[in-house]
Amino acid sequence: MSFVLSEDQQMLRDTAMAFARDEMPVAHLRELRDGGANGVDAEMRGKLAELGFFGVLVPEEHDGVGLGMVAMGQIMEAQGRTIAATPLLQTAVMGASVLILGGSEAQKAEWLPKIASGEVSVAVAVDEGTHHAPLNIATEAERNGQGYTLNGAKRFVTDGHHADVFIIAARTFGEAGQAHGISLFLVPNDADGLSVQALATVDSHGAAHLTLEDVALGEDQVVGAVDAGWEVLEPALDRGRIALAAEALGSAQAAFDMTLEYLQTRKQFGQLIGSFQSLQHRAAKMFTELELTRSCIAAALSGVDEGRNDVAELASLAKARASDLIHLVSNETVQFHGGIGMTDAHDSGLYMKRARVQEALLGGASYHRDRYAKLNGF
Amino acid sequence: MAFDAPEDLDEFRTSVRDWLEENCPPSMRTPMKDDEIVWGGKREAFKNPESKLWLERMGEQGWTAPEWPAEYGGGGLNKVQARVLQQELRRIRARPALFSFGLWMFGPALLEFGNDEQKKRFIPDIVKGKTRWCQGYSEPGAGSDLADLQTKCEDKGDHWLINGQKVWTSYADQADWIFCLVRTDKSVKHEGISFLVFDMETEGVEARPIKLISGSSPFCETFFTDVKVPKDQLVGKLNAGWTIAKRLLQFERSSISAGGFGGTGGSGILPPQEYAKQHVGVDETGRVSDGDLRARITDHLMYAQAFKMTVQRSTEEAKAGQEVGHTASIMKYAAAKMNQDKCELLVEALGTDGLGWDGDGFADDAKKATRGWLRSKGNSIEGGTSEINLNVVAKRVLGLREHQ
Repeated sequence: MSFVLSEDQQMLRDTAMAFARDEMPVAHLRELRDGGANGVDAEMRGKLAELGFFGVLVPEEHDGVGLGMVAMGQIMEAQGRTIAATPLLQTAVMGASVLILGGSEAQKAEWLPKIASGEVSVAVAVDEGTHHAPLNIATEAERNGQGYTLNGAKRFVTDGHHADVFIIAARTFGEAGQAHGISLFLVPNDADGLSVQALATVDSHGAAHLTLEDVALGEDQVVGAVDAGWEVLEPALDRGRIALAAEALGSAQAAFDMTLEYLQTRKQFGQLIGSFQSLQHRAAKMFTELELTRSCIAAALSGVDEGRNDVAELASLAKARASDLIHLVSNETVQFHGGIGMTDAHDSGLYMKRARVQEALLGGASYHRDRYAKLNGF
Repeated sequence: MAFDAPEDLDEFRTSVRDWLEENCPPSMRTPMKDDEIVWGGKREAFKNPESKLWLERMGEQGWTAPEWPAEYGGGGLNKVQARVLQQELRRIRARPALFSFGLWMFGPALLEFGNDEQKKRFIPDIVKGKTRWCQGYSEPGAGSDLADLQTKCEDKGDHWLINGQKVWTSYADQADWIFCLVRTDKSVKHEGISFLVFDMETEGVEARPIKLISGSSPFCETFFTDVKVPKDQLVGKLNAGWTIAKRLLQFERSSISAGGFGGTGGSGILPPQEYAKQHVGVDETGRVSDGDLRARITDHLMYAQAFKMTVQRSTEEAKAGQEVGHTASIMKYAAAKMNQDKCELLVEALGTDGLGWDGDGFADDAKKATRGWLRSKGNSIEGGTSEINLNVVAKRVLGLREHQ
């Protein structure tokens, strides 16, 4: 495991941090929200594409830069700092990973260059209930002469309201709860029988419920082996979890920095409130949690690049701790700011709203503690 | 044995391996037993005779202190070589030859602040484990506010005269020498403290063990009545002891967070999830059936893994020349929490088996866990309380101001 960035990774980090600060500050999310954009921002997507951010995981042979997860993590952390709404998690991490890990040569050749260039956005649709449960897939893919017919529903698919293409997990065999029998399907957003219900979410990033009614798909739209989609989906989900943990780390760090600055400027009783020991100790504890969690995320990111065999454990460690971290820091950010933290004009609330989405997506702390315990044999 | 070609690491590794093969006695390659830990010094009984041999051989090489200068008896290895040595020791699961406050705390400080004569006099015997040191810091009236210490040190021309009392002196009743903070100027606080060392057999020194809630007595009250100390045993300048004291505390906090805690359990204690499986039971899917306990054990294991990774990260960052800052205080705070949580979980998972004190009615590992749990309550007090460490983080790392 490596905890120190290479020169290339450091350069990418600096670029991403500067871009987030200058081009997509929190004020920009406010503008999108107040303009009713629901997190959709074609112009920003273009800028991110120009920087090559969509192709970080995509191998060079498919027109990406193939820099790996440590590099991708730096971009995710940067976008987390300003809680920016971008399609990076779904398209550049999850969508790209499903295709890299499970796509046929033809599928890779068709889709990966379009992902890398930002031409196509992807949304991986897994969950059907209100809590992350990737094995509980009931959406059916029925075999017919020419291919498959899909029937079912997906809930709270992030980027689902503006994705060009979906990767949908459906069941070709067995029943909800089983890994065997899950298959993955590429479904364009204009497929007959697919309806997309846009959701106005608390974090202003938006999402969508999907309904599939007799959606007819060809054989060539299956990604990975039939019935064995889990072998592709699970590692792709883990990459998503690790990237999302990196994003949450960025948000936690930014909220903490904002809080620290307030402690050093706000006065009450003729004193800087940062001189009060009850606040100092809470700040010091948050800082400790930040440092401990930062190490877990760095380990998980480099674990993927090194092809370690304990990535699942590292991913659950990173996601559980990042979820707890952003929960703590976002709540304390509101409390430390007092009354102004309760106002819409202040950013505290935006961080707390995004925090809850970061926590819930791809499994919250309790989901990943359970998984980590199982992986450790108890 | 000399290694004149440090760049030839493979050769170095081979020679280390050969030397260990020849010199590490068989029983020193088995897991450490609690009562066979070697602290050195005049009173060391060497319960296992091979541990004496092991210490002598390692001490002769200077490998108890691999990176200390060879001219003072240290190993004289560079960082890379020291890591190779450590890897090779770990490979054969060699026991540490020596546990020592001299190695962990006093030696590093003396190398930084002592004069050449003092280094020549004290360092070789630390390396060889011939002198056991104790730390005279806390006093009855100076705990967290350590700089308020009052042990009086007067200049009597040809010697120093010490009067006062120390407390929480670890193993003072076993130690040969003490490094001690004394007051040499009453008119100022931090600038009136000096750093002295002296023989515990000097007339007027008395150490009385303190019995803890765990039943053990690792600490003493230490009394000084008209103790005469030679003038050349002052380390650093007169009234400049606080700087040394603080630096030494950093060494102490680092060694504590590197795993040197009292109450970690000792040998034979299983991880909490194993006791939970045995005593609470598992459901049909293999999960510990008490979901709440299972979640808290998992949370602790995650914390412990995060802690370990953070130690690794700060080591790598330091190597890469990045600013590491005051991680020692963060890590001391985190290590205390981690160890205390673990001890609480062990006792909880053991159920009533974790509530024994003595006798045959309870297994050895369970009794150890119980005693360790009680001992662990000191983790957030010794070597700087958690509250003091949080103060240090708030002020030095986060830059928050002091209350006016």
